[in-house]
Amino acid sequence: MSSTAHTFRPLSIFRKSFSHGIHPAENKHYTEHKPIERLPFPSELYVLLSQHAGKPAVPLVKPGQEVVRGEPVARADGFVSAPLHAPATGVVKRIDLVPTSKGPRKEALVIQVYPGETQEVLYGQDRDIDAMSKQELIQAVQDSGLVGLGGAAFPTHVKLSPPEGHVIDTVLINGCECEPYLTTDQRLMIDQAADLIEGTKILMKILGAPRAIIGTEDNKIASAEAIKKVLPADGTITVQVVRTKYPQGAEKMLAKALVNREIPSGQYPSSVGLAVFNVATTVELGQLLPKGQGVIERVVTITGPGVDKPGNYIVPIGTPLRFIMKKLGYEGSAKHLITGGPMMGDTVSSLDVPITKGCGGFLVLTPQQFEENTLSERFPCISCGSCVDACPMHLNPAQLGKLAAKRMYLDMDKYHLFDCFECGCCSYVCPAGIPLVQYFRVSKKMNREMKAASP
Amino acid sequence: MSQAAASSIELRTSPHLRSPKTVDVIMRNVVYALLPICAFAVWNFGISALALIVVCTGVAVLTEHVYCVFAKKPTTVGDWSVVITGILVALILPPALPLWMAAVTSFISVALGKIFFGGLGYNVFNPALVGRAFSQVAFTLPMTTWTPAQLPGRFFEFIPTSLTIPFLEPGSLQGWLSSVAPDGWTGATPLQLMKSEQTGTEVSQLLFGSVAGSTGETAAVLILVCGLYLVVRKMMNWRITFSILVTAALFSWLFYVIDPSQYPDPVFMLGAGSLMLGAVFMATDMVSSPETRLGVWVYGVFIGVMVVVIRLFGGLPEGVMYAILLGNAVSPLISRVTQPKTYGAVRKNRKQAKEGV
Ligand code: SF4
Ligand code: SF4
Repeated sequence: MSSTAHTFRPLSIFRKSFSHGIHPAENKHYTEHKPIERLPFPSELYVLLSQHAGKPAVPLVKPGQEVVRGEPVARADGFVSAPLHAPATGVVKRIDLVPTSKGPRKEALVIQVYPGETQEVLYGQDRDIDAMSKQELIQAVQDSGLVGLGGAAFPTHVKLSPPEGHVIDTVLINGCECEPYLTTDQRLMIDQAADLIEGTKILMKILGAPRAIIGTEDNKIASAEAIKKVLPADGTITVQVVRTKYPQGAEKMLAKALVNREIPSGQYPSSVGLAVFNVATTVELGQLLPKGQGVIERVVTITGPGVDKPGNYIVPIGTPLRFIMKKLGYEGSAKHLITGGPMMGDTVSSLDVPITKGCGGFLVLTPQQFEENTLSERFPCISCGSCVDACPMHLNPAQLGKLAAKRMYLDMDKYHLFDCFECGCCSYVCPAGIPLVQYFRVSKKMNREMKAASP
Repeated sequence: MSQAAASSIELRTSPHLRSPKTVDVIMRNVVYALLPICAFAVWNFGISALALIVVCTGVAVLTEHVYCVFAKKPTTVGDWSVVITGILVALILPPALPLWMAAVTSFISVALGKIFFGGLGYNVFNPALVGRAFSQVAFTLPMTTWTPAQLPGRFFEFIPTSLTIPFLEPGSLQGWLSSVAPDGWTGATPLQLMKSEQTGTEVSQLLFGSVAGSTGETAAVLILVCGLYLVVRKMMNWRITFSILVTAALFSWLFYVIDPSQYPDPVFMLGAGSLMLGAVFMATDMVSSPETRLGVWVYGVFIGVMVVVIRLFGGLPEGVMYAILLGNAVSPLISRVTQPKTYGAVRKNRKQAKEGV
């Protein structure tokens, strides 16, 4: 896909980075200059009970019950779980199974939105953050239903309670957004820089971290400049601009680039004194917590050559994709839609999937691009080493691929199969078109199954 | 995971982007990079060189295509790798070699060097060198018969031996040479001169290729420039070329310092014979070189050392072919012992990795 050439940034080589990685065409131009806009409310919302890592939320409302925008409608089920809030004022019609982007249908609250309603957030009460204790703050974060908005959707309050003995000395705010096309974080850093700083301060306070670094790539200089204008004078929060390279936005790569620390295999960032949060998450935190509100909407980048009106839109959680695409003048099927970025995102199973907290963007490719990029001709591995030179985890994808083809799944442990985080660099560069990542996904599954079968 | 199963789900999973640099694109660019060298070879040695290149390439392509037809699989000539092999075979053969012998060499290269191992991606050795090693033994005399470069009549007249009737030994070139060759022609390449008489050759001649030698190996500078094209397009591993050349230069310089009357200087070492062609276009064959970063350096240094050792202390004047073949042979081993160090590897994992290799 070479609709735009690479931007030439000679100074880039002097910037910090991690080793290996790739430079796919960035294609941010579709949406990077478009300020965040609000889309109208659809007539029905589908609020999935499970849109975070961990246990699904438990409904607090019954069919027929009226809800006010911002009101809690489901509670967290245990510590690793998150509550849900009504994204719009309306009435709960039923609890139903709806399609999800991953495929299987899951339970969701179906809320009929009252038309003509002002949809002001009436729920929630202002809080004095400074007066709150660490525990109170963590509870407040859980009550807000905040999860990692970068995609993983891991409940934020869990990250705020690092394991015993782990001392966080630096909070890293991830503004790299290294996936091509996506501009959600890029725009948030410009349009809501003050909220970002507020959120960062709260995170530092909860974790007791003396400093925070906001990291972004050098294709987002404007974002870095916008943040610099609102940085606190005490110098505890700084902005660092790193080289534009995929997957710079991966936690491990960010830690390497910003503070030159390697997160050991199989361990949390807190084991090396770090806590990493995504920009969208931090902005949301800074915006919601002082007001005592919950997550009811998020910014979604809808982009790509296949859509007429690409942009960065505020969308209520639960909005069906079909509604958004229609508003933006997209008539095609779900077939050419990708949720998330083109490197790690999934194709969308149906236009009826609702927006969830973790979903930051939809990419619409032209059918022709889809063909070009997926039906590549297959050759045998020519041992070119491109994948070895691309893997940010410094694995040997060629060797892993050969073992996978021979179904020697258990032997792949020796080559650190489980350190692979499926970033896709190896598949991207492979001139033979070998679907390496695909192999590794299957291999991990088989490897686990084989181990379970013979302990 | 059968291929069919893999490809049916492959359509729907990330990454949804692919680098445009596919195997056929890379191979085709290598062919482009070889074309100027072919052109120079024709200019240097005339229509005999042209015929040699056409025959070798044609036979190579035909061999692979016919094999695919018989094996009832789609033809693989479209990946261009066999074209590279064909051209390289021509470039490393003497210009006066009977064309039928060249055809046999090319056939052996593809059949024995490539198809026998399982085709592209499975060949342990560089196919062109396998063919050449075979012919070195099978056709010893014609394989070491050299003709002068840039003879006046080269564009209109074949070197007589080129057109030898298939399966016959070529006649002697003595009579023809005495009539066309310049005064002082000894029938030796610069390396042979160095080996037998410790005579050097004009540096400019070495660099710009107006010397006797294999069809396409003589123009060191041109080969380097063509390689540079591939490096700039990121289609060739410069580390291999670089490490071979630097190692060969440093290692031979060591001997040159010890005894300049006995050993050649590093510039001669780099410019003479097929070192440049070998380092740029043959040792860099992706399939038969290691795939790891460190492995590539080790491989290059190994070949560089072997070239100098064979040239200076072996029985042969030229050692590049054997050095690269040896490098190919140890390359899987090199790959295995130079696995990359994983990001965030914890001790236990590293130990496990060691047990694994
Ligand atoms: S997908 Fe896995 S093996 Fe491939 S480059 Fe990424 S981390 Fe490495
Ligand atoms: S990039 Fe593909 S062809 Fe090259 S070594 Fe890796 S798996 Fe083999």
